[in-house]
Amino acid sequence: MTTGTVLLSAAGPITSTSTGEAVTFWILAPVAVLAALGMILVRSAVHSALLLVANLFCVAVFYLLQQAPFLGFVQIIVYAGAIMVLFLFVLMLVGVDSSDSLVETIRGQRLGAIIFGLGFAGLLVFPIGSAIDGGRAVGLDKANAGGNVQAIGRLLFSDYVFVFEAISALLVVAAIGTMVLGHREREGGRISQREWMRRRFTEGGQVTPLPGPGVFARHDSADTLGLLPGGGHASGIGGVPATGPDGPTGDGPAAGGGSEPDDPRPAAGPEDTAASSGPDGPQGPAGQDRPDGGSGGGDGGTPVSPAPRSGGDIGGDDAHGGDRAGADDGSALAGAGKGEER
Amino acid sequence: MNPANYLILAALLFTIGTVGVLVRRNAIVVFMSIELMLNAVNLTLVTFSRIQGTLDGQIMAFFVMVVAAAEVVIGLAIILSIFRTRRSASVDDVNLLKY
Repeated sequence: MTTGTVLLSAAGPITSTSTGEAVTFWILAPVAVLAALGMILVRSAVHSALLLVANLFCVAVFYLLQQAPFLGFVQIIVYAGAIMVLFLFVLMLVGVDSSDSLVETIRGQRLGAIIFGLGFAGLLVFPIGSAIDGGRAVGLDKANAGGNVQAIGRLLFSDYVFVFEAISALLVVAAIGTMVLGHREREGGRISQREWMRRRFTEGGQVTPLPGPGVFARHDSADTLGLLPGGGHASGIGGVPATGPDGPTGDGPAAGGGSEPDDPRPAAGPEDTAASSGPDGPQGPAGQDRPDGGSGGGDGGTPVSPAPRSGGDIGGDDAHGGDRAGADDGSALAGAGKGEER
Repeated sequence: MNPANYLILAALLFTIGTVGVLVRRNAIVVFMSIELMLNAVNLTLVTFSRIQGTLDGQIMAFFVMVVAAAEVVIGLAIILSIFRTRRSASVDDVNLLKY
């Protein structure tokens, strides 16, 4: 007899769930599991965060179903609201492109982790499944008689008051620790805006951020740069070639002053190097045998394909579209090689 | 439906979170997986609270939430300070704990 059986039999048989709760559970439980699985399977960290939000909402509904309305709303407000916003803030600060590398530091670690996960799930689920057979729950109708929030508050400030004090001390320590960790001593004086601008222009390279996907260079300006025959971005006004055939990947982080969001995947995985070696000549081999262009790729002008960002579907389509148009014009595009890996 | 079916769901979510911590390399996704595990534990606590008919489990889940919030704040600050020096958020890049 497992401990679960002891716990459940000690509770004594009183209630079973209502039909509405069962329906809600069987609808939302697969959603929660699929969202959790998707969170660890998708490549983009932003998509992971959004799937985690879906999972948190499902769990919040489960709290509401289980007579814990206070926790349910705290879950929505604190978790799905505050903590996930914090996650997304840090994601945007770190850069959306920070992707997983496929190199295994420990050999066979992923396979081992999956096997471990399956075994762990079996160890957890099957004993619980056999233990809860026929078990019933007491239910919280009596404990929640005066209202859930009032009952929790009464417990929190009577039985658990010292834990409450310790938790408040923990929060203060966490806040101070974050400030200590985030603090950075400034070396030298404060850099003025004039100095920033001078540094930006003397270093050369792309002055403005790269244009978003779908922006075409109808004229040669600093913010929408035409592409060179080799596929690289022309540098600055006047079309002086500053970047090699690899496009802006070559001097991206050095030129733009650090964390520009369009920087295409600074950590090059194995497939990344394979893909970026595509557009060698003016018309890379990948560019020619791709008849399916994107939408509206060739309407006049030299189409800029800033799609080397690994942004997903839009970026990929735009890379292909610009690629076909570029082949017509006799200038291949840098984005084709990067769009290849998607 | 047996009300303890929530326990099985929580076990599954906890396992998925564990595998996520082991498999993923992005430190932020690893943190999200830890959040998933904490949520699974919270669901277990709330379910036991209902099974037992007392509110102590909900109080514990509340404390777990507070601890999780503090942990996220500290963890993300650590990730940011690592990113400042290493320009990377991958957990494999900091395996020397130095430089």
